[in-house]
Amino acid sequence: MEEKIIIDLKNISLSFGEEQILKDLNLYIRDKEFLTLLGPSGCGKTTTLRIIAGFLEPDSGEVIFENKNMNGVPPHKRHVNTIFQRYALFPHLNVYENVAFGLRVKKMPEKEIKTKVNDMLALVNLKGFEKRNVNSLSGGQQQRVAIARALANEPSVLLLDEPLGALDLKLRKDMQAELKSIQERLGITFIYVTHDQEEALSMSDTIVVMDSGVIQQIGTPQDIYNEPKNAFVADFIGESNILDGIMRRDLFVEFSGHRFKCLDSGFEKDELVDVVVRPEDVEVVPAEQGMLKGTVTSITFKGVHFEIIVDIKDYKWMIQSTDYQEVDSEIGLLITPDDIHIMKKSVYSGVFGDYSSFSEEFDELSDVNEEVED
Amino acid sequence: MKLPSKIYTFLIFLFLYAPIIVMIVFSFNSTNSTGLMAGFSLRWYAVLFSNKNIMQALYNTLILAVASALIATVIGTAAAVGIDKWKKNLFRSSVMGVTNIPMMTPEIVTGVSMMLLFVFMGRVIGRQGILGFGTILIAHVTFNLPYVILSVLPKLRQTDPHLAEAAQDLGCTPLRSFFKAVLPSISPGIVTGMIMAFTLSLDDFIISYFTTGPGFQTLPIAIFSMTKKRVKPDMYALSTLIFVSILVLLILTNVAQARGENKKKKNI
Amino acid sequence: MNKKTSLGNRLVASPYLLWSVLFIVAPMFFVIYYSFTNSAGAFTFENITELAKYTDTFLRSIWFGVLATIICLVLAYPIAYIIAQTSSNAQRTLVALVMLPMWMNFLIRTYSWMAILQDTGIINTFLNKIGIGTIRMINTPGAVILGMVYNFLPFMILPLYSVMAKLDKSVIEAAQDLGGNRLDVVRKVILPLSMPGIASGLTMVFVPSVSTFYISQKLGGGSFDLIGDVIERQFQQSYNYNLGASISLVLMVLILFSMAFLTKFTTEGEGMVI
Repeated sequence: MEEKIIIDLKNISLSFGEEQILKDLNLYIRDKEFLTLLGPSGCGKTTTLRIIAGFLEPDSGEVIFENKNMNGVPPHKRHVNTIFQRYALFPHLNVYENVAFGLRVKKMPEKEIKTKVNDMLALVNLKGFEKRNVNSLSGGQQQRVAIARALANEPSVLLLDEPLGALDLKLRKDMQAELKSIQERLGITFIYVTHDQEEALSMSDTIVVMDSGVIQQIGTPQDIYNEPKNAFVADFIGESNILDGIMRRDLFVEFSGHRFKCLDSGFEKDELVDVVVRPEDVEVVPAEQGMLKGTVTSITFKGVHFEIIVDIKDYKWMIQSTDYQEVDSEIGLLITPDDIHIMKKSVYSGVFGDYSSFSEEFDELSDVNEEVED
Repeated sequence: MKLPSKIYTFLIFLFLYAPIIVMIVFSFNSTNSTGLMAGFSLRWYAVLFSNKNIMQALYNTLILAVASALIATVIGTAAAVGIDKWKKNLFRSSVMGVTNIPMMTPEIVTGVSMMLLFVFMGRVIGRQGILGFGTILIAHVTFNLPYVILSVLPKLRQTDPHLAEAAQDLGCTPLRSFFKAVLPSISPGIVTGMIMAFTLSLDDFIISYFTTGPGFQTLPIAIFSMTKKRVKPDMYALSTLIFVSILVLLILTNVAQARGENKKKKNI
Repeated sequence: MNKKTSLGNRLVASPYLLWSVLFIVAPMFFVIYYSFTNSAGAFTFENITELAKYTDTFLRSIWFGVLATIICLVLAYPIAYIIAQTSSNAQRTLVALVMLPMWMNFLIRTYSWMAILQDTGIINTFLNKIGIGTIRMINTPGAVILGMVYNFLPFMILPLYSVMAKLDKSVIEAAQDLGGNRLDVVRKVILPLSMPGIASGLTMVFVPSVSTFYISQKLGGGSFDLIGDVIERQFQQSYNYNLGASISLVLMVLILFSMAFLTKFTTEGEGMVI
């Protein structure tokens, strides 16, 4: 990847009244990368996007775009375009005119507009829809019009504000792949806002995890998943068992009453730490062979694997395994050094608890709440 | 519809249209009676068209309705656009409260209160007979404004708040984004408000009665002064003509609406 | 919101704000001002004390207004329901037909009733022909109330219709499903749900009825003075603006009270529809 930096946010802070939305945010975005701002509702990700677009001015800090300070530059003079959450298509214009909107504002000659609009509609697979009323299109088609409309302006950066939030699961998956391929083909920077960690992991070059107006971690999807910086990131991205541990010395950590070999070092002797073990990394073995022993409290079939909740010293672990286990049976767990990830204690330590109250339904309910965001 | 419902509907509409039917029938009476039909004639229509007073009043009414509807539409739409963006606080709710005043107070009180204002102003600037086109125009704009605002506001609420932003994002200045993106999507509300304002102004008698002077007579006022005496069927002829033109207008808009809907259906 | 746009939002509304202060709020103050001054501009309570003379007129206006409003409600409720049950094309036509008479000048419609009701009018001519003889209809309280009902009936039908058209059909079906008979459905579901429509219908009929002046002069023959007539006379004949203002003020207060009363008893905090 090219190392040219296209957008640089420096010490950005913003409050609405009493509420501080962004706290001293620093972030740079490389040219041609697919960067995702990921976080729960109210974390400041949409606000960050709107600051880049120019719809909001930060209280303090600088927005630098291709080495030029953009503070105070209105949206229409910025070389970025936005895909809005509910698309914001112009209801009084048909598909063709919606896509041509920005070009007409620029007073491009009619012939060039025609070529450009046709190119764009071809890019998003909407050929033949030119004369259609935008209100008569399905959600996915409206989404495509919004993409064509924004890309017609040849922005160097495309901002996408939860663009797939209103689509159903199947369509979402298709559009994810399509957006990614459009980004790669056109070679422009995408800044993508979402609260869906799966979406973020599968599309991004870089993920920025945010919470409460603060960046928690910046990294590639692999980094974020394998090396979460704190309990918040570990919990938000994928499933994880987060335990209290003590770093006995370099390469040795103790948790759940057992001393494990690990790959982490650089902690103080006997430093308290958070330990992350991903459910899919644990190997289930007969009780007597396990490093840890516990009782199965529930088991759910998930298709590719079983999801097993195991009680070990009053902490409910989640384990993913392809083998069935009887409820109430004793099983053992094997954890190799590679499976253990050690994090420094943070404000998020102890916030997330174990899987005793875990329920799919809770997850979905909180998803619904997030949709009302901003 | 069941039979009792049919009969009831018929009776209600008979009640609503009885005076209108009477009026239409007697406008063709050959004598000047409004009680007994003597024979068919168009004589009262001829009388009507030769009445310069009435024709002038008709002209005045149209001018007033067009002018007041236009002014109210511009001021009212701008107001709605502003109000829509305001936060819900005491200021906003008191502005909305004031907006409701002309719709809630009896027309006679609105008319009288404005007359008092104008008379007082007249006294302040030392002019008798201030009442005339200027004052009646102000009065009509005033009672039209709430209808414009209240038909534009819901449209604004229905439009995507990001439309203006989308237009700016695509290169429009904030002002241009309003005209290119917001205005077209609220235009049905604006047109409804303007038509409402126009017809209200056309039809108003009570407020006009208190806010105009002898120099500027509208049709309702001319009718009022004529009904003070014994009415001749020329009034009926006039009303029949008004009725027919409104009927035609209504049918036309209905047909246009139905066509628009059919077209939409075809598109889908 | 950034600061620039909020300033813009205040600015675009400012012509209206100015207008409403000058021509909505200020005139109301002039009504109060004139009510408490005499023709020389000195402060006085005379206009208010003089109102005692018009107690009968006030009471008659309220009584007639209440009667007309109730009759409108009784007539309008079934027709609104019937219209709401028809196909959407029929609904559009019927609603247009309800509104059409409103676009006719009310002076002429009222006058036309004179032609129907008077002693030599259509009804009496017909009654004479079939040998019943003349029945006195014009210049009675009944004629005045009929005039009010006629003029303001659409104001009752339209809001009632609009709530009923929006009624979710499945709610009615649910009520039937739960064992309600037709009367139960009307009493326990349709009526409570149409309360906002009833409330705005009542106001929209009562306010103009109680303050009308032309109808009573034409159909009541001048023998049943209403508040509107008294106000009109002060301004257009006796030129006693101060007394006229005080009567208007009392009329306004009266209407505010009856509307507050109405809102309390019909809507329980729900909004009205127009």
